[in-house]
Amino acid sequence: MKKFSSLLHNLILTPSRNTKIKLLQDYFKILDINRAYALEILSDQLSFQFIKASKLRELVYEQVDQHLFDYSYDYVGDLAETISLIWPTNKKGKSQNLSTLIENIKKIKKSEINTEFSKVLSELSNNERWTLIKICTGGLRIGVSERLVKTALADLYNKSVNEIEEIWHGLEFPYENLFQWLKNETSKPKIDFKKLFHPMMLANPIDEEKDFKRLDANEFQAEYKWDGIRVQLMVSSNSVSLYSRTGDNISSAFPEIIETTKGDAVIDGELLVGGNFKPSGFNDLQQRLNRKKASKDLQKKFPVFIRAYDILFYKEKDLRKLSLVERRKYLEKFQKENTTNQIDLSTIINFSTWEELTKYKNNSYDDLNEGVMIKLKNSEYLPGRKKGYWYKWKKNPKLVDAILMYAQRGHGKRSSYYSDYTFGVWKENELVPIGKAYSGYTDKELLVLDKFIRNNTTNKFGPVREVKKEIILEVAFDDVFPSTRHKSGVAMRFPRIHRIRWDKPINEVLSIKEFKKEFKID
Amino acid sequence: MDFINHQLFIKDINVHIDPILPKKTAIITHGHADHARFGHDHVIATRQTIDIMKIRYGDKCAKKFTSLRYGQKYSIKNFDFTLYPAGHILGSAQVLIEKNNHRLVITGDYKVGKDETCKNFKLVKCDTLITEATFGLPIFQHPDPKDEIQKLIRSVKINKNNCHIVGAYALGKAQRVMNLLRQQKYNETIYIHGSLEKLCQYYSKEKINIGKFEKVSSKDKSFYEGKIIIAPPSALKDRWSRRFPNPIICMASGWMTVKQRAKQQGIELPLIISDHSDWNELLDTIKKSKAKNILITHGQEDALVYYCKKQNLVSKPLSIQGRSDEEIE
Repeated sequence: MKKFSSLLHNLILTPSRNTKIKLLQDYFKILDINRAYALEILSDQLSFQFIKASKLRELVYEQVDQHLFDYSYDYVGDLAETISLIWPTNKKGKSQNLSTLIENIKKIKKSEINTEFSKVLSELSNNERWTLIKICTGGLRIGVSERLVKTALADLYNKSVNEIEEIWHGLEFPYENLFQWLKNETSKPKIDFKKLFHPMMLANPIDEEKDFKRLDANEFQAEYKWDGIRVQLMVSSNSVSLYSRTGDNISSAFPEIIETTKGDAVIDGELLVGGNFKPSGFNDLQQRLNRKKASKDLQKKFPVFIRAYDILFYKEKDLRKLSLVERRKYLEKFQKENTTNQIDLSTIINFSTWEELTKYKNNSYDDLNEGVMIKLKNSEYLPGRKKGYWYKWKKNPKLVDAILMYAQRGHGKRSSYYSDYTFGVWKENELVPIGKAYSGYTDKELLVLDKFIRNNTTNKFGPVREVKKEIILEVAFDDVFPSTRHKSGVAMRFPRIHRIRWDKPINEVLSIKEFKKEFKID
Repeated sequence: MDFINHQLFIKDINVHIDPILPKKTAIITHGHADHARFGHDHVIATRQTIDIMKIRYGDKCAKKFTSLRYGQKYSIKNFDFTLYPAGHILGSAQVLIEKNNHRLVITGDYKVGKDETCKNFKLVKCDTLITEATFGLPIFQHPDPKDEIQKLIRSVKINKNNCHIVGAYALGKAQRVMNLLRQQKYNETIYIHGSLEKLCQYYSKEKINIGKFEKVSSKDKSFYEGKIIIAPPSALKDRWSRRFPNPIICMASGWMTVKQRAKQQGIELPLIISDHSDWNELLDTIKKSKAKNILITHGQEDALVYYCKKQNLVSKPLSIQGRSDEEIE
């Protein structure tokens, strides 16, 4: 454990990619089971069923005063780090290796978690505790992507990264077949690809100035970009399953899709809420998200469907190496053979110049798409966000000027800075908050705002600071909906700070009434 | 204790403690720039603090100097002042103010742990304690500085082709890092950024063991392979640091406890070496001082105020203007 935790410690602090690769390779040279656990952790596959963030908070409150913990957490901005630092270390137990530790934790019964897991935490050093908590909460965020791990392995054993990439999602702990193949002891592991979740092909934002000059409009086609959730639908004669973008199986939440879909294919599409293939907005979709099950009532009130973008497998045929245009033919064929009320096809927008496409992008302000996707006609289906194939081009955001009211420290790389802002508009002579944003500003603006907040705090509510009402933020957002949860009666979708309006006096900010009128909210 | 206000100003006799702006009479706890300023009429401090002020600001940085030994009483009207060691840096002092049998102690910046570069902290019992709180959160529990300095020594041994640049404040921390290296039998010449030279010379003159040091000069790049260089934190990001071969950026500071902070600042090898008390030392000092009235300044006051109130002590934060709550020397 000591060795693995200092690996993570060094990885998080090393800015150099090459050093990171070297650190990983040094660790992977170990030839025992610890190596497999490390790979499982670094690819975010390991978790403990009963020990999640909420459990850890419960445990830490048993150890230290809740207020003192909260003050500390606010300062540190990272749960794992706060707990690891504040946790009282007991006289050190025997240092265990990674595999023993994990196996022992897995053996802990649910009823004994509080005592047994607390004991484990007490016997570790700060750094080991930090590592273990990171493993529990998942998502290490140590500046090491899955791709980098694969690169380190590939370079160490003279294989190509793409070869590892291809079989990656079919591999399982303890990865014996992988390591044997890497060492040339066996041939490449055989994987039944069709049964696996396939990492999705993602788009990069288009750079209007550079890309349109560089790219030939005739080599691309476009589709609308829908604001739902991206899904992968796997259909075979005996089962249907639905996966989210991160590979989570979400079948049970959408029974109407599972029950009605027929055929034999792997489909990539967008899950949307609405009847008769008319999407009704993200607000409605939210009623169906984060639920394990959906009642008949809910299914009726908020019906869902899939707008299909792409097809990866048709029957036994792996289509991923074909061009987008050819895959589309298979998609249309699948749709014709298996028509249901739950799947339709994404429309292809034809255009011959980029100017022409601009019309489609900005068209129909009320329409529920977010802009357009621009896809290279002969692109293969490539996992991840590869450059040069697919682009997204979002509509211009909506903008409003609002007054900075409250601020809170951020988390992760922005911890210690006051980087989370609540802003509001007028309601008679008072301000009412309309949203909260923690992105969009430049590093320079962040420093200016941070300094302003520290010097102009008028009130503190725990970690939240109220500030002098002087700063006007131009807030960009994708959409705004009526909401009963907020005092202002509105909820914004993806608000971010567009710029600071130094030029505008605060009495020129809209009232909530004017705001609702402008964005057509009753 | 009504005789002193939240700016550490005693109106009756027109005396300030560590004032930011030029004042008539200023008692200075130590030489760091956020405490010792240029331009007072009369400075009262330890001999070393006065020496350090003169090195940094020139001999005429105040019109008049009065140097006090630790424990020596100095009276102005019916106020008695005594300086006691604060263990923070060379010359650092706590200020005991006595008036009509009321004892008030201003700790200034202090640390309880052992340090060969200055006189060790002395606990002074009092009725009112004005304590610093730079590391006033329970996450701050400073490790043994010897273990931290060993990390540096080990890294130097392993990474023979790299040079190690250690960020450390020019006054106090830099010399402490050098002294710790010497305690751990690192006997090579230590290379220093030019801005450290005069202060290092002064420490040497004061018989503090910082060993052999030399100002960085424009030598062949490869010369600095395997060497330790000490520089003020501001120089780490500067063009200055690019002249060295494969530098590993280190930082000696209590803030290095938090990995996220180290990462934000681009520090590859954090060394948790602090010249301030950690959480437990702050609590311990409050308890042992027997003070019933605790005023808290400099840093993370909230948690410490909360803790004192829970112990039935009268406590409130004291916000002194011109001091940011982080990144204090």
